[in-house]
Amino acid sequence: MSSANPFIPSSYELNKEKRARRAKWSTLTVTVALLIPVALILTLIALKAWPALSWDYLTGDVSRSGAAGGIWGPLMGTFYLTLLCLAIVAPIGILAGVYIHEYAPDNAFTRAIMIAVTSLAGVPSIVHALFGLGAFVATLGMPKGLLTAAMTLSVMTLPVIITSTREALSSVPKNFREACWNLGASRWQTIRTIVLPNSFGGILTGVILVIARAAGETAPIMFMGAVMWLRIAPAGPERLMPYGLNDEFMALSNHLNLISKDIPGMPEQMKFGSALVLLTLILFINGLASLVRLRLRRRKRW
Amino acid sequence: MSPAHLELRDLSVWYGSKKALDEVSFSVPRHHVLGIVGPANSGKSSLLKTINRTLEFIDHSRSAGAVLLDGENVRDIPNVYSLRRRIGMVFPLPVGLPLSIYDNVAYAPRRMGIHHKDQLDHLVESCLRDAVLWDEVKDRLDLLGTKLSGGQQQRLTLARALSLEPEILCLDEFSIAIDPVTTMKIEEVLMRLKERMTIILVTNLTQQARRMADAVAFINASQLIEWGPTEQLFNQPAKELTGRYLNGEFG
Repeated sequence: MSSANPFIPSSYELNKEKRARRAKWSTLTVTVALLIPVALILTLIALKAWPALSWDYLTGDVSRSGAAGGIWGPLMGTFYLTLLCLAIVAPIGILAGVYIHEYAPDNAFTRAIMIAVTSLAGVPSIVHALFGLGAFVATLGMPKGLLTAAMTLSVMTLPVIITSTREALSSVPKNFREACWNLGASRWQTIRTIVLPNSFGGILTGVILVIARAAGETAPIMFMGAVMWLRIAPAGPERLMPYGLNDEFMALSNHLNLISKDIPGMPEQMKFGSALVLLTLILFINGLASLVRLRLRRRKRW
Repeated sequence: MSPAHLELRDLSVWYGSKKALDEVSFSVPRHHVLGIVGPANSGKSSLLKTINRTLEFIDHSRSAGAVLLDGENVRDIPNVYSLRRRIGMVFPLPVGLPLSIYDNVAYAPRRMGIHHKDQLDHLVESCLRDAVLWDEVKDRLDLLGTKLSGGQQQRLTLARALSLEPEILCLDEFSIAIDPVTTMKIEEVLMRLKERMTIILVTNLTQQARRMADAVAFINASQLIEWGPTEQLFNQPAKELTGRYLNGEFG
């Protein structure tokens, strides 16, 4: 072999080329094959929803069990539910993430907490619903309603925030912290001045993902006070804030679930209409997350 | 013999069950330069970390023995942050914090409550001058410290370490990531700073230790093999191992 001309590719090298091409094409094919159904689903929903879509559809009241009118009530319900869930889970999750990543010593207890967080992420949402029912309603005696539903969603989304916070924090190099400690800064000063400002984007991404998750879930809320129909005040501030903390409420995901299977003779465009609104909402929020990530990556500071 | 500014007594360091430093003792008089030489992984950096107690940030680490600063055990200093401000640290890889050049230097003074603009301006300028960086950055103090070149960042690190006018300056192989010209510049700076502070210079370059140090300590495999005046160590080492290391026969 040593006498062979080194500039002529050996049969092994020719084969290597072939295998490299095959690997590239097969991964590309799978990726494209995945995109096609997504595009088809989106087009189908948009086409079927088209007749229903109008400003009146968004702002109108649900009538005849969703067969007519609009989706104002469910839309507001989803909005406040998500907001409330965020108000509960964001501070708790971010603080827990900061503790676990910045303070917790590397020991069995910390590892146990992390295993618990990971397991929590793997629990099906219907189990979270039952947990919420058992813990908040049966044990604490709280009424089923907006608040307990948001609390249930918070428990469900806690691991998302904790994990994304930890990841965001670990993207800040360790030697920045050491430099600060050596300058006589306390742990907290270091976190406040260097670590948090530089992991803000990642933490925010986690928060936004939680919004998408909370807005889309059905199972945890249908046991917790999400109902088919409520009367919404026709005008005034109560039209914008239709539900109290302990009131039952309507929500888009639950609305879609009910009108799609429980009510016979439901016009197609009504089902696809609320599906499209929910989907657009979530895609929009996810898009926002990507945008934030992109912007922050562009002004990378080291 | 003048009283020791810094003294180590039987200092040992463990990470878990692994011993990183084994009963090291030496002392440094005020305004001296002590060179610490030895192969990689022999415990030199752990030694520096026990001086300003940043070892406490490392999980599963512990130390025994004593580090005395002006005769006071650093472990008994109630405010650990005040201890760290008395000791400047410069590490092997330059670390520009993701802040402006100005904010990098003003970082430590601000953390101890100095916010007066004139005072900070003055401090930033004098530290950057001390670290021979001022002329290169005076027109762009708003630039991110992380955007500077490696050599400039290392001088920024030095300026930051000087911002609290430490009484002891520790440098841990400050020249491994920078070019020879910058290295010589910093060495000149250090020789001037010696008038104001005691310097501990951990280095892989035995010739650097010979150029700069008044005394040299040779550490190998966690143990202090020998320490003494620089020329004595280079010319008549008491241990054969010292001679072999300093002459570049191993390490």
